[in-house]
Amino acid sequence: MDIRLKLTGARRGAKVPESKITAGSPIEPLPLPEKVIIPMQQHIGAENAPLASRGTEVLTGQKIGESEKFISAPVHATLSGEISGGSVVINPPTGELTKTLAITSDGADKWVELTIAKDPKSLSVKKIIEMVKEAGIVGMGGAAFPTHVKLQPPKDKKIDSVILNGCECEPFVTADHRIMLEYGEQVLSGLNIIRKALAPQNVYIGIEDNKEDAIEHLEELISKSDFARDFKIVPLKSQYPTGAEKTLIEVILGREVPIGGLPMDVGVVVQNVGTAKAIHDTIFEGKPLVERVVTVTGAVKQPKNLLVRIGTPLRNLIEYCGGMEEGANEIILGGPMMGIAHFDLDFPVTKGTSCVLVRESAPVKEQECISCGRCLGVCPMRLMPTLLTKYAKTGRYDAAEEAYVNNCVECGSCAYACPARIPIVQYIKVAKKELVKRKANK
Amino acid sequence: MTEEEEATPQEEATAEEAPKEETPAEAAPVKEEAPAEAEAISEAEAIRQRFLISAAPHLKSWYSTSKIMYLVVAALLFPTAAAVYFFGFYALTVCAVAIVSAVATEWAVKKLRGRPFIMDGSAVLTGLLLALILPPTLPLWMVAIGAIFSIAIVKEAFGGLGFNIFNPALGGRAFLMACWLAATTTLVAPMGFTWDAVTTATPLGLSFVPPADTGTLYWNLFLGNIGGSLGETSVLAILIGGGILLAVGIISWHIPVTYIGTVALLTLIWPGQDPLFHVMAGGVMLGAFFMATDYVTSPITIKGKIIFGIGCGLVTVIVRILGGMPEGVCFSILLMNALTPLIDRYTMTKTLGLKSLKRASSEG
Ligand code: SF4
Ligand code: SF4
Repeated sequence: MDIRLKLTGARRGAKVPESKITAGSPIEPLPLPEKVIIPMQQHIGAENAPLASRGTEVLTGQKIGESEKFISAPVHATLSGEISGGSVVINPPTGELTKTLAITSDGADKWVELTIAKDPKSLSVKKIIEMVKEAGIVGMGGAAFPTHVKLQPPKDKKIDSVILNGCECEPFVTADHRIMLEYGEQVLSGLNIIRKALAPQNVYIGIEDNKEDAIEHLEELISKSDFARDFKIVPLKSQYPTGAEKTLIEVILGREVPIGGLPMDVGVVVQNVGTAKAIHDTIFEGKPLVERVVTVTGAVKQPKNLLVRIGTPLRNLIEYCGGMEEGANEIILGGPMMGIAHFDLDFPVTKGTSCVLVRESAPVKEQECISCGRCLGVCPMRLMPTLLTKYAKTGRYDAAEEAYVNNCVECGSCAYACPARIPIVQYIKVAKKELVKRKANK
Repeated sequence: MTEEEEATPQEEATAEEAPKEETPAEAAPVKEEAPAEAEAISEAEAIRQRFLISAAPHLKSWYSTSKIMYLVVAALLFPTAAAVYFFGFYALTVCAVAIVSAVATEWAVKKLRGRPFIMDGSAVLTGLLLALILPPTLPLWMVAIGAIFSIAIVKEAFGGLGFNIFNPALGGRAFLMACWLAATTTLVAPMGFTWDAVTTATPLGLSFVPPADTGTLYWNLFLGNIGGSLGETSVLAILIGGGILLAVGIISWHIPVTYIGTVALLTLIWPGQDPLFHVMAGGVMLGAFFMATDYVTSPITIKGKIIFGIGCGLVTVIVRILGGMPEGVCFSILLMNALTPLIDRYTMTKTLGLKSLKRASSEG
């Protein structure tokens, strides 16, 4: 049986320039910062309560934030030192405010004692899930949804397929690409743990064909391994947004996730390659999630892929890459299609930060829709973005709901393609928020 | 780029005004933070001066409205060149007058309505399109009136680009036809490079009955060496221009192919009609590639475009063979323009997951 399946691709999507300038740059560890800022909420779900306060001495890997809620993930100290204060920042995946704890390093990077399972291979599913939760692992692709929740679907949802998402369809970002090349064994081992937890019949690894070297590398590792022989690599045509969960499921399995539904409704769980590596590190090395790979790219002097402690201020990353180019006027957390613009250089890297993109950009002026149909042609969800925009603009939110505005994944393909430069995603977000508000008021 | 760097945050804010105001949390993360010292405030202020906070996606495709418009204009240069070649330099003056009148009208209307005038190329395009569907000998003042009507009434009175229901160029021509039927339907024989437009009756006349010698006729129709409107006669030039638009993805094949295909098929099965002649003579070619494909006035979905194209073809043939008018292209497209909102309503796309949702609800 072949490990590599036939090349397939999504029918809709935008042809966005890839600009993966750091694809060939090996991951470099960023020197430890003097200070880290740990937001209590870095995921989608409930905010953690701080377990430490000003003056507390903490060790690297020590849990400093926790919540009782099911959908949450604890946070850990990523340096050893003293808690030196706290403030409030925005949590990129939710746009909500969250408290932070700042840790001033003692320079020693003393770790907590890591407890490694005696026989990691024979762990029970319950134990795996517990360890993943304790380690604070979340989806590392950007959405930052707590991973342990995805690993324990409700009893009535039978999971028959797991898809490892190595698409990385966002332009510029190369973190997952480098992870697959440099930590391939760990990724496969983490994926094996995921398989153990969910017991699916099929395991797929979806990788876009602009990462042929990663496909070949994983293919070779799989053929040599003793546990991964039945993993299937699916090469995908490079196109944005093939890596969006619902699109990926449609392309690989031909299944449509119902409107308002989750991948598990069609028997699928999708995990990101970075998440798989984090799971490996936890199960086999006992490490909680304290660092991640971040691509620093765009208008910086030396674009790089960095291994960064979570909580490191953006300033450190950008300075390590030689600083910003003259004229750079935009900093984006995440890729250019879905990332969020930021201008606070003290903002910390969080669990979901895959990329820091520095850009020189110009404000654009919104014009009237000319009904060119480009937005329809690229929408992976087969929506009519222009119509949704019109409804949102005129306040007809019910009509927007009937046109399935909530099915939009906010991938940005439509606004990318729009010649009238209409910020379609913004209008859609407004409609969605308005609908949520109305539901709450009912 | 210097211009953009100098843009103050206030200016940036206006560029994004509406949506930004409504999503404050995302747009201005630093506002909520309380900088501890005065120093921090000034630093934050300095950063705010420097950085742009725009909404995702941060990339924009190369195609903008004005680039699209000018690309269509560029593609129309082929039929325009053919018009000059066959009908003389007077054709150029017709084009120039139409374009200048169109742009000037747009500017004036925007001024009157207190709206910003954007040189997005749409008025240039309307002017040129109008010129190309006028007869080569039309007095220039009539050309100007047509262009003014196109922009002021057909386009701006409906709200401007993006809101007009009818194709402005076709609307302008229809208006001229209604006012001066004879002048607008006179067919002129090609006279080559000359300033003198000589009104000569052509063998084609006003009927769509092909003459006996079809061999040379087809050839002349293909090249454009035949009487007709300025830019409509040369099938070759239109195919080059239309081919470019298809190649760069500005138009899709759906409307031209279904339109021309319907005309060909219908005249093939209609006794006594010559499909090749019907397709190449008159305005079908120019209409199918450049008029019916107008974004604003044609359906947005693929299904809708196919229905639209077939409708245009049907009406064109019916008007030509059964109707009292000499040509049905203009009328057919205008009619289908009027039906476009209806077609759009019934050809909405089915969003991903709708199938499984329906299945689930019918099972449950
Ligand atoms: S409507 Fe939503 S899902 Fe469709 S292209 Fe736009 S952002 Fe993406
Ligand atoms: S891409 Fe923009 S201009 Fe074209 S139909 Fe969509 S919203 Fe309108």
